[in-house]
Formats: sequence, C-alpha cells, structure tokens
Amino acid sequence: MPRSARSETLRDSLGLGLAVGLYGAAFGAAAVAAGLSPWQASAMSLLMFTGASQFALIGVIGAGGSALAAIGSALLLGTRNTVYGVRLLPLLAPRGFRRFTTAHWVIDETTALAISAPDRVLARLAFLVGGGSIFLLWNVTTLVGAFGAAALGGAAKAALDAIVPAAFLALLWPRLRRPFPEAAVQRRVALGGAVVALVLTPFVPPGLQVIAAVVAVALAGPPRKAAAEEPA
Amino acid sequence: MSSGVLWTVVLVGSVGCYLLKLVGLSVPAAWVQQPWVMRIVDFVPAALLAALVVVQAVTSGHDLVLDGRLVALAVAAIALALRAPFIVVLLLAGATGALVHVVWG
Repeated sequence: MPRSARSETLRDSLGLGLAVGLYGAAFGAAAVAAGLSPWQASAMSLLMFTGASQFALIGVIGAGGSALAAIGSALLLGTRNTVYGVRLLPLLAPRGFRRFTTAHWVIDETTALAISAPDRVLARLAFLVGGGSIFLLWNVTTLVGAFGAAALGGAAKAALDAIVPAAFLALLWPRLRRPFPEAAVQRRVALGGAVVALVLTPFVPPGLQVIAAVVAVALAGPPRKAAAEEPA
Repeated sequence: MSSGVLWTVVLVGSVGCYLLKLVGLSVPAAWVQQPWVMRIVDFVPAALLAALVVVQAVTSGHDLVLDGRLVALAVAAIALALRAPFIVVLLLAGATGALVHVVWG
C-alpha cells in the first residue's frame, strides 16, 4: 500500500513535469517575438521560474509597455506564490539553507502536487520530483523555443503573435470553471479586467492598462465570512 | 527597449518574484492569511490574465486592431472548451494566426 502510493505520487509528479515543461517552448518563442534575446528568455526561466509572471512580463514588453509596468505585472501575478509558501511550510518544513532553495520551486504545479499527496513524506517527494522535472524541462524547452523562434520569420511571426493571447487564455481558463473555487466570481472579475484594459488602451501608456485591470478585483466583493460564524 | 534595460527588467523581475516566494516560507502564516489579502490574491490572476488576453489579442499600441490574432483566440477558446491539452491549444492558435496571415497578407 505505501509502495503503490509512492509510485503513484512519482508518476503524477513526473507526468505533470513533462506536460508543463513543454509549455516552455511556447514561452521561449513568445519571449523572442516580444523582443527579448534568447538568453534573456532563458535567464527568466532559470531565475524567475513562474510561468504566468514570465508570460505577463514579456506580454507587457511586447505591447510596448514600460519597464515598471512589465515588472509590476510579473510581481502582481507572483503574489500567488507567497500564499502557496504559507500552505507548503507545514508540509515541507525546510530548515536552514533549504528554505532558500525550496522557495525557488514554489509554483502552482508543485503546490498542487504537494497538497494532494497523501502524507508529508510523499508531499516532499512530490514537490522534489515535480519541481525538478518541471524546472529541467521548462528551461530546456525555453532554450529550444527561443532559439527556434529567432531562426524563423514571416508567417511564423504571425503564428507567434497569435499564440501569446491564446497562452494567456489557456492560463486563465481553469480559473473560470468549476471546480475552481468561486468560478462564477472569477468570471466576473476576469470580464471586468478585460473591459478595464480595453477601455484604457487608447488613453494610457501601453502596459499600464494591464496593471490598472487589477481594480476589477473589487468586483469579487468583501471576503466571505466563515460559515461557522453565521449560522443560517 | 535597449538590451541593458531588458536585462534589468528580467533580473529585477526575477529577484522580486523569488522574494515573493521566499516570504511565504518565512513569515508567520497569520501575516499572509488575512481575509482581505487572501481575497485580493485569489482574484488578481483572473483580472490580470483577462487584461493580457484582450491587450495581446486586439490592441497594438493605443489602437484597437482586429486581425488574425482574434480569429486564433476564438479557435483557442473552442479548443479549451473541448478540453484540448494546453500544447494543442497553442499549436491550433499558432496555425490559425499563420493561416490568416498567408490568406489576407
């Protein structure tokens, strides 16, 4: 029983690592299309290593946005990982220097793997194997995508321009559907964010409309009270 | 944007994102798990990603531009609704964008 739970955890972690790692090629290609050098794209996958923030940064750069707007959008999307760290701390309990290396792999996928593992030992295994395989593949495929895109031209550029919005939609999509918590509210906020960005586009410096779209978070309303506090 | 500025953006953004991860592993949980903080963190990605979708799909600088990107986005949405894998969604969108480019120039 523990043996099969262990192999199941290993299989899930490696499988997710392979699947997610392949998206790196799309990132590498899109980064070069946005004007980064292949080495800058690779530095981002190596050092930033959080997909949504990486795509946001190059998205703003590609739209002609300022340096501050690009960094700001990456950081705003990176706040998720702070919350993930809080959830992972009791499971992984990294001590001393391990805290600094563990932090680098705190992303959507490793958090999901660790939290869904049946116990703490397997949670650590899932985090290590998932994090390791995603990190390795994400970086290799970023290089392939970046240097591949740099060698292309013409219709390939049009293909890349079309891939970037589709990539953002694919990142957004799971949040808008059940079983994601409060999917209907997420849809309202997403629609609000899209409208704010579109309306501001003619008037603000490019990229700033993306940052300004966070005001749509207000559409989510106040925090829900714990059910125990208010018996119906 | 010059190469030097781009490198600065890449490195500052990376350090910032790393520190956001490290903070979660380093501060008391109660500091982060405030109801309002959690509310905002839960919904920021939806607002920002949706904004990035429309900015990337239908704008160019200050202008609204309708071209193959929007057609590709529609194809991507259909593929996602049919639960296609991420990589298939991107390939379909890319092929659509290239096709529209070739057909309409």
